[in-house]
Amino acid sequence: MTKIKVVEGSEAVAMAVKACRPQVVAAYPISPQTHIVEALARMAADGELKAEYVRVESEFSAASVVSGASAAGSRSYTASASQGLLLMTEVLYASAGMRLPFVITGVNRSISAPINIQVDHQDTISLRDSGVIQLYVESAQEAYDLHLAAFKIAEHPAIMLPVMVCMDGWVLTHSYEPVEFVEQEKVDNFLPPFKPENFLDVANPKSWGSYAEGDVLMEFKYAIHKAMSEGKAHIRCILAELAALTGRDYGGLVEAYRTDDADVVLVAMGSMAGTIKDAVDDLRREGKKVGLVRIRCYRPFPHEELSAALGRAKLVAVLDANVSIGSEGAVGLDIKSKLNGRPGAPMVVDFIAGLGGREVNAGAVRRIVERTERIFSSGVPISEAEWLDLNPAIVP
Amino acid sequence: MAGSEPSHRSLKGDLMDKKRTEKDESLFVSGHRACHGCGLALAVRHVLEATGSNVIVVSPTGCLETFSSPYGFSPWRVPWIHHVFENAPAIASGVAAALRAQGRDATRVVAIGGDGATFDIGFGSLSGMLERGDDVLYICTDNGAYMNTGGQRSGATPFCAATTTHPPGKASFGKSEKKKDLPEIVAAHGTPYVATATVAYLGDLKQKVKKAMTLHGPRYIQIDTPCPSVWNFPSHLTLEIGRLGVNSGLVPLFEMVDGKITKVKKLRTKLPVIEYLNKQKRYQHLVASDLSQETLQAIQDQADQNIAKYGLMA
Repeated sequence: MTKIKVVEGSEAVAMAVKACRPQVVAAYPISPQTHIVEALARMAADGELKAEYVRVESEFSAASVVSGASAAGSRSYTASASQGLLLMTEVLYASAGMRLPFVITGVNRSISAPINIQVDHQDTISLRDSGVIQLYVESAQEAYDLHLAAFKIAEHPAIMLPVMVCMDGWVLTHSYEPVEFVEQEKVDNFLPPFKPENFLDVANPKSWGSYAEGDVLMEFKYAIHKAMSEGKAHIRCILAELAALTGRDYGGLVEAYRTDDADVVLVAMGSMAGTIKDAVDDLRREGKKVGLVRIRCYRPFPHEELSAALGRAKLVAVLDANVSIGSEGAVGLDIKSKLNGRPGAPMVVDFIAGLGGREVNAGAVRRIVERTERIFSSGVPISEAEWLDLNPAIVP
Repeated sequence: MAGSEPSHRSLKGDLMDKKRTEKDESLFVSGHRACHGCGLALAVRHVLEATGSNVIVVSPTGCLETFSSPYGFSPWRVPWIHHVFENAPAIASGVAAALRAQGRDATRVVAIGGDGATFDIGFGSLSGMLERGDDVLYICTDNGAYMNTGGQRSGATPFCAATTTHPPGKASFGKSEKKKDLPEIVAAHGTPYVATATVAYLGDLKQKVKKAMTLHGPRYIQIDTPCPSVWNFPSHLTLEIGRLGVNSGLVPLFEMVDGKITKVKKLRTKLPVIEYLNKQKRYQHLVASDLSQETLQAIQDQADQNIAKYGLMA
């Protein structure tokens, strides 16, 4: 029988990870990731989680331990946030390059300086080029569900890449929600034990992490890129399988919410999508044809789904909880590049929103829609991102 | 290459000098790209003779990784993994954890890293591995500088040696600090077995590796591996330089079990340090200069202190 319990988001993640039967877990604490690794530590202490739990001295070593364990053929898991994810950066690039399929929860938190422990997406977005697959969730339930899928995606023989499930710090990790858990037997059927074709094996000695010159390096990088972009087909299948398992279908690589006849489509990732859906409903009641596309799989970038969902819109407003300083937000740039040159492509306005935990509430969403419409009717295309709700009293 | 091919390949048929390597019984075969007279390559070959084939080797970035892993070729006949520069101890911890989780108890983990990776950039990772008590034999092949990048100063560079980032000059006599005493620091973690060795005494080296392999938990062996290219001596003198280092007292050989010295290599006759320094161009600036008497005496004092501290005289 399926079980519904009101749990903290972090607990939901730990429950999913436990159900996936990882053999090695590495943990280093950082807010707001701590409740996840603490929950796993309690499960290990009680003998419910039968994994080697390695308490490392840094995030750099956390990522390294799961990399070594993965190369040795064990299903492995770690979690981090913010500065910790940046400290892992070098390791994550190398592990993607070496096709090591561990799972990592990226708890979203702002990046210093100024130091701040609240949510935005700057940390995980900074890893978008690493070769690590990135999934973004809206709720604790979705965090639970996608962790089940994450191992299956990572370990797919045609993919073999690390997968990061990105969830908003505090908002999701520390909120209590009813979460429905999948029975262990069903999880075991969905996710069989990890049996990689290659692993560090004395009976079949191989050399890993070779030095490659320019004659093959580009082909290596292309192979990773191809595994990820062609992996989209496998991810779609796995998410469909997951939906059948859980009975919850969020809509594949993106979730389209009231976009069918929308003139203005908002694009966002993570928990702010919940607020945006409410705002969309309010605006719809007032007769405005507004919709939302929530990106669930950011790397590989789901341009096919986005094209379909944005196809009929006149205006697209992207809410980027990150910024490439000196340019625009990452999601806005991605969408603009994919729509570039398409006949009848919508106008895209990128909004930098919600950095450092600043609330993006229904009023803010309304202002975004109005601002986007004003820019459109002015007839002057905009080349810079709009920074939402800056305080004029303290802006230099 | 196939698009989905992972970054590792079977050794079979991929070796650089097939005829020679087929006859080679070693676990680290010839054909790799180390310099003539490389102490490090010699050390690795003999370390693996002592460990046997039931090991997984982890290496950080460095000379060893560069000369042993041009893509498509490999002298390694044991599973070998290189990841990045500063994480070999943590990679080794992860491999050890996976082996425990899978019940592959007979397979052991050996990390082999240079002094830059061990003393400097990977020191935090090493300390974590030691403190956790992970079942890894960590071997530091110590040539006292960053040789892979052309001989820059590391925490293992000895006092006064010339390096490209701390060269001698009108206002400099080379490295102005002493070598970091890593064996003591490793032992202070409660590491059950710590030893120093040299390629100049291969019997002693192999005995220490064999002993370490009988134990569990973290173990550390620091091997003096003279480097003809950067220490700057003729490549046939590697072993002689190694012996001079030991017999001058500058490279003390000892074993520490549970933090206590249990065995040292006694010196038959104590050689003055100048005989060791004289043969390497990295110390030429001292030998050539009249002003360096005081500095030379300071190096001799270090050797004498080692001899007294470890009881090296027979």
